[in-house]
Amino acid sequence: MNPIGVFMLFIGIAIVFIPLVSVERKGIVALATVIGIAMVSSIPAIASLTGNPFEYVLQGSQITGRIPVRIDALSGWFILVLNFTFITGAWYGLQYMKAYRQQREMLSLHAISYILVFAGLIAISALQHSMAFLIAWEIMALSSFFLIIFERHRAEVIKAGINYLIQSHVCIILLTLGFIWVAMNENSYDFNAIVQFTEKRPSSVGLALFLCLFSGFAIKAGFVPFHTWLPYAHPAAPAHVSGVMSGVIIKIGIYGILRMLLLVRTDFLVLGYILLFLSVLTGIYGVMLAIIQHNLKKLLAYHSIENIGIIGMAIGLGCIGIGKGNPGLVALGFSGALLHTLNHSLFKSLLFYAAGHVYQATHTMDIEKLGGLVKKMPHTTLLFLVASLAICGLPPFNGFVSEFLIYTGMFRALPGSDFALLSLLVLGFFGLALIGGLAMFCFTKAVGTVFLGSPRHPFAHDPGEAGWAKLMPMYVIVVLLLGIGLFPGVFVSLLSKPVELYSFISSGNGLPGIFPAVETLSGIGWGAAIFLVLAGLIFWLRTRWVMNRVQTYDQTWACGYEGDTGKMQYTASSFVRAYRKLVEPVLSIHKKKKEITGIFPVTAGQETHPGDKIEEWFIDLPVKGLKKFFNRFIFLQNGNLQFYILYGVVFITLVLVLPLVIEYFSALIQFLNSI
Amino acid sequence: MISFILIILMSLIFTGIVIRTKSITSGRKGPGIFQPLKDLARLFKKGSVYSQTTSFIFQLAPSVYLASILMAVLVIPLGQYKGILSFEGDFVFFAYVLGAGKFFSILSAMDTGSSFEGMGASREALFSMFAEPAFFLLMGSFALLTGYTSFQQIFHSLHFGSSVSYVLMVLATYVLVMIALIENSRMPIDDPKTHLELTMVHEVMVLDNSGFDLGMILYGTPLKLAMYGGLIANLFMGDFPLVLTIPIFLGLQIAFAVTVGIIESFMARFRMNHNAQYILTLSSVSLLILLGVLLILGQFN
Repeated sequence: MNPIGVFMLFIGIAIVFIPLVSVERKGIVALATVIGIAMVSSIPAIASLTGNPFEYVLQGSQITGRIPVRIDALSGWFILVLNFTFITGAWYGLQYMKAYRQQREMLSLHAISYILVFAGLIAISALQHSMAFLIAWEIMALSSFFLIIFERHRAEVIKAGINYLIQSHVCIILLTLGFIWVAMNENSYDFNAIVQFTEKRPSSVGLALFLCLFSGFAIKAGFVPFHTWLPYAHPAAPAHVSGVMSGVIIKIGIYGILRMLLLVRTDFLVLGYILLFLSVLTGIYGVMLAIIQHNLKKLLAYHSIENIGIIGMAIGLGCIGIGKGNPGLVALGFSGALLHTLNHSLFKSLLFYAAGHVYQATHTMDIEKLGGLVKKMPHTTLLFLVASLAICGLPPFNGFVSEFLIYTGMFRALPGSDFALLSLLVLGFFGLALIGGLAMFCFTKAVGTVFLGSPRHPFAHDPGEAGWAKLMPMYVIVVLLLGIGLFPGVFVSLLSKPVELYSFISSGNGLPGIFPAVETLSGIGWGAAIFLVLAGLIFWLRTRWVMNRVQTYDQTWACGYEGDTGKMQYTASSFVRAYRKLVEPVLSIHKKKKEITGIFPVTAGQETHPGDKIEEWFIDLPVKGLKKFFNRFIFLQNGNLQFYILYGVVFITLVLVLPLVIEYFSALIQFLNSI
Repeated sequence: MISFILIILMSLIFTGIVIRTKSITSGRKGPGIFQPLKDLARLFKKGSVYSQTTSFIFQLAPSVYLASILMAVLVIPLGQYKGILSFEGDFVFFAYVLGAGKFFSILSAMDTGSSFEGMGASREALFSMFAEPAFFLLMGSFALLTGYTSFQQIFHSLHFGSSVSYVLMVLATYVLVMIALIENSRMPIDDPKTHLELTMVHEVMVLDNSGFDLGMILYGTPLKLAMYGGLIANLFMGDFPLVLTIPIFLGLQIAFAVTVGIIESFMARFRMNHNAQYILTLSSVSLLILLGVLLILGQFN
């Protein structure tokens, strides 16, 4: 019995089992299956990280040929990241879905899809065979579609789901094109064929192949301008699905890019330039749009785009390192990228889980209606706050470590760089520093308006804190957030094996001293620890000191005004107003304004709707054109069943007759030629 | 270690010098230079009034804010002598740890649910966001010039040989002084002495803080100023021995304090709604420094 068969059998049994058990147990079975899959897949993953890659060749069929399953260090790292987030997601989802127990069938479908997405993602990380890879990809894409449309009775959910479905299939088309190109020339579906294919050809072919595959993976990962599905899909899905989707499902696009970098042989310097430029753009654009969002989950979705940009910057740096033959830069770039992948999966899932609490307590995601939740939900506030600090890259949390690696990488690349690289690096500094500042702006807005201050809107039910069962998985994530921040060296040295894979071109004999960065990292670890202790100490001293003084509680100072100040609070819109005014020329913000007129004014108001300029240009405009074109053929869709049957008959006849006709014609031409 | 002690010492009299300069230029008798210290001592002894709207974040924020500044001071070197914390890329840590403190101070302003404090918070977040790229471009240019990425190594090996480099030094000082003024919301970005909530930045964020907490926040200002003063002083120190560096350090700090006083005496505050653009131009000054560095390195030949 082969290990892959056991794995698939296990999933099959679980899938059959879920619809049969009672509604209370569905989640538990799903969680158990996820933990089971995670344990099975962690064994080879951990082994690969310690330097023992796993390889198993499936016999396959006549069409596919032998299917190699290889778990090298890169796959191993991604599998571990997947496992952790999927376990916390299932654990959290188990509690989150309790509110939907009356929808039995939907819950079964949901649980099955969740397991299938997980299995699909692990298969994608392990399979090194383009056809099998695409099948696993399709399973993953379809099951995540079912995860997204859980609340199918809401129109915007279905719309978001279909948007996602179409775009993920555009992604599959691009991937298929790339793989077919290789398979046609090399007659093999094994990923190693890509190496052979690009090795023999000029580097421009490799570049074209990479860009084709990259566009496909970029749709999944959410690089600008391929990101447009993401801000719709995340708010539509249930919280744990958004968390898992933003945390790891989009990261599989990053995995694809990293995998292809190992296989495609081309001019890595050019590749690095392209990646770095596109990523800086992605990062800045993502966070610029995030700030002006009014929907909490949409805001978080745009932050995913920003973080994909940061990961992309690191990958770009790594590629430049390969191209320049600078092993230190390779190490910093790729370890930054891989670590940020883990970091983002941790804090982004935490943010989405916390947003899920807010949604279940208040039934709205509109930031302008929320406020003052800290008194009702102190734990959720604390968790959201910690995750916000981490995503802004602030010490002592983990986001700082990976951003630090990227900064160090950029500074390492500086000496001896030519003018093109230099200007890109300057753009990189400028971009990363600006992204940091913008993210801080965005999250002070989010935390400040959602959780702090006083309530802005009356709710039918008093919002209350989520139970411990829901909070537990989130505190587990916090432990890791802090752990990576305090002991960065430990985690980065785990990355030595995956990063070594990328030393294939630069020097040939591995990375000298593996990680020049680990020593420096102990510096930031100490820094983070001292910061934590110092802040704690000052707070403790202050509390001791203040305890013996007079403490009184009174209203917030409002320049002498004593009435209800809830409505006078700064709202999210007013918080970002100055920023919105500045960026209005770049972004598209739709405003509706009704001024106060006359002596006895009636109603007045102002609305702003944040739009996405890239979406309007690259998606909406072409779709509009296509619609116009296809509307000319609308007469074909006339609603008569007879006509439709006729079309079918015509189609079948054509399929059958055309080859015959062509054969006759060619015979005729041959006959004519012969005489 | 020495730099830490010197900066702490300097922070005790920094605002005193600023206030003294202002009183001299405006022809007043004015308070002595230890007056701000006495004010702080009085605040520390007072009880506090908290807003009923606030939560644990409001209680926690001042401590984190002060801790973040102290952490940032830890990485500042003194010429060739390392700061207490010194590692490759420590200026990234410097900038981000200050960011953490700022994050908390903005949140504590939002925590009160006041419209005025929200206003200040929004401005603080916006301004510091635009100031950050200028700092990183500046340090990036130095890293390019010296080939090192820690404060101590950069300042230690910062040799100003050619005539271009004097221009660079002036520009770098300008950028650092402006960043210091922006971070502390001093003139010409913000006038700490106005008493109109609508046009304040930093001061309006702490309207509801009182007693010990307010003392910590207020002490943060001279500490931050002295910290940036320390950075500026480091630009001029090279690898002199201690006997020379300490007087240079103190002299430059006092000069910086006097400059702040003079700026506050003779300049008017900028228009609030154009501040963001103004701050973004700092990045272009940093770019000029970068171009100067490229000129020195002969990239344009």
